[in-house]
Amino acid sequence: MIQDYIVFVGVNIVLAWSVYVILLAGSLSFANGGFMAIGAYVSGVLTVKFGFPLVIAALISGIAAGLIGVLAGFPALRTRGIYLMLVTVGIAVSVKAVIESIDYVGGIQGFGGMVGTTPWHVVGLVVLVGSGLALLSRSPLQRILDAVREDELSAASLGINPIYVKLTCFGVGAFLAAVAGSFYAHYLIHVSPDQVLSVFIVLYAVLGGTNNMWGPPIGAAIMTLTPEFVRGLEAWRPTAFGVIILCLLLIRPDGLLAFRIATTRTKAVAGSKPKQST
Amino acid sequence: MDVYPQSILSVDGLSKSFRGLTALDQISLDVRRGEILGLMGPNGAGKSVFINVITGLYPADYGTVRFLGRDVTRLPSYALARLGIARTYQNIRLLRRMTVLENVLVAIKDHVNRPLRSLFIRNRSRFVRAATTLLEQFHLADKRDRLAGSLAYGEARRLEIARALAGKPSLLLLDEPAAGMNERETEELGDTIRASRKLLEAMVIVEHDVAMMRGLADRLVVMDAGHKIAEGKPGEVLAEPSVIEAYLGTDEADE
Repeated sequence: MIQDYIVFVGVNIVLAWSVYVILLAGSLSFANGGFMAIGAYVSGVLTVKFGFPLVIAALISGIAAGLIGVLAGFPALRTRGIYLMLVTVGIAVSVKAVIESIDYVGGIQGFGGMVGTTPWHVVGLVVLVGSGLALLSRSPLQRILDAVREDELSAASLGINPIYVKLTCFGVGAFLAAVAGSFYAHYLIHVSPDQVLSVFIVLYAVLGGTNNMWGPPIGAAIMTLTPEFVRGLEAWRPTAFGVIILCLLLIRPDGLLAFRIATTRTKAVAGSKPKQST
Repeated sequence: MDVYPQSILSVDGLSKSFRGLTALDQISLDVRRGEILGLMGPNGAGKSVFINVITGLYPADYGTVRFLGRDVTRLPSYALARLGIARTYQNIRLLRRMTVLENVLVAIKDHVNRPLRSLFIRNRSRFVRAATTLLEQFHLADKRDRLAGSLAYGEARRLEIARALAGKPSLLLLDEPAAGMNERETEELGDTIRASRKLLEAMVIVEHDVAMMRGLADRLVVMDAGHKIAEGKPGEVLAEPSVIEAYLGTDEADE
């Protein structure tokens, strides 16, 4: 049982981070469920039908999803705000429709036979992605992303190419979602198109807060474990779950961890102390 | 071939209209190395449109823009910024939820030109030191850890200019830097602009304030209704009857 919790929480943390990475440059993506499905199916075919090792298959499926993400993102990122969200919903729905129509991967029945994910795979992935984001959060690149997120026009007049930055984030987010989806599928053994398409992924990130890298994993952990903690409520579980989410959003509308961490540690920089000026 | 070897920016026959309304009509002018060029004119003369077309915000309908001898007419904003054309906005555009220091750091060329590589740049403290030195010149160093959104108006304007200079541009375009400032703030701004001058090859200032322009600009170009109506030394241009009629005559109440 504890094994289940580790895998599900870990996979959802990485999924939440995949939304966070795209949101770093200011785009809210509902397409990540689709990228997760691409990861699950592509890696599943590679391991079950072609005998690839799990980690290699996961990486290949991540790259495939990343490329699809960049291709889909190119027209999508011309739109903004709610229109962009609608386009990303469209991407997710299209992925589902395509998978359901391919008999080779079982159509609506789903695809099975994937095994091999251990909790260590998932823990390793969380640590790896977390370290990458921690490195990012103190880097000049984080400031470039923040600038694009806050004001694209301003960023462009400083020499930042907003489209390039947003597309890169979209591609990386798709990659992360697909790798998480691969591990998820190879733990569940069988996946169907419905199972891997979840709007909850966006909620994980938004509930936890999207101004720093620690919000999304907290949101993911809470949302994954809450339904388990209220198991005793039987049929009222989904209701209790919904009420808890609503309460959290009412109490902390910007997410549980809403603060932004500055990318500079000025105190640590020797010789940079400003002279007193008027 | 550059007809004006001493010119940094060379604009030829630039035209722009919005839904049949002509905002710029065949504007030609040169910005020369080392000068501050003042661009004046009444409201709606097309000054801001001019800046926005030059910096790639709006595409030009006709005409060419050459920067350091290179045709840059169709380049997007970020490419122009990388080549060395920096600007500020009439309504100050800072990254308000980032700190003062971060606003300057984000503009550093090493980072914006190669965003992914900036993840692995070592010895980042040298950038912090350089940015702090720049902030000191603009009397903002003691506010460097404050959020940019919390600055007073005059400070925000100074920060916007400092940020534009952080990318080490050759040409700086200031779009109505004194808008909404009182007399004392305008005077301080003049000092800031004079201090920035040595960091640049040339500057273009779009401005209403006649007194400020007289004191700062080496040359003036006056626009009215999308046309260039005068060009020359401030003293001479401001004495021309057409300028007085188009600009000073109608706008006297403001002065």
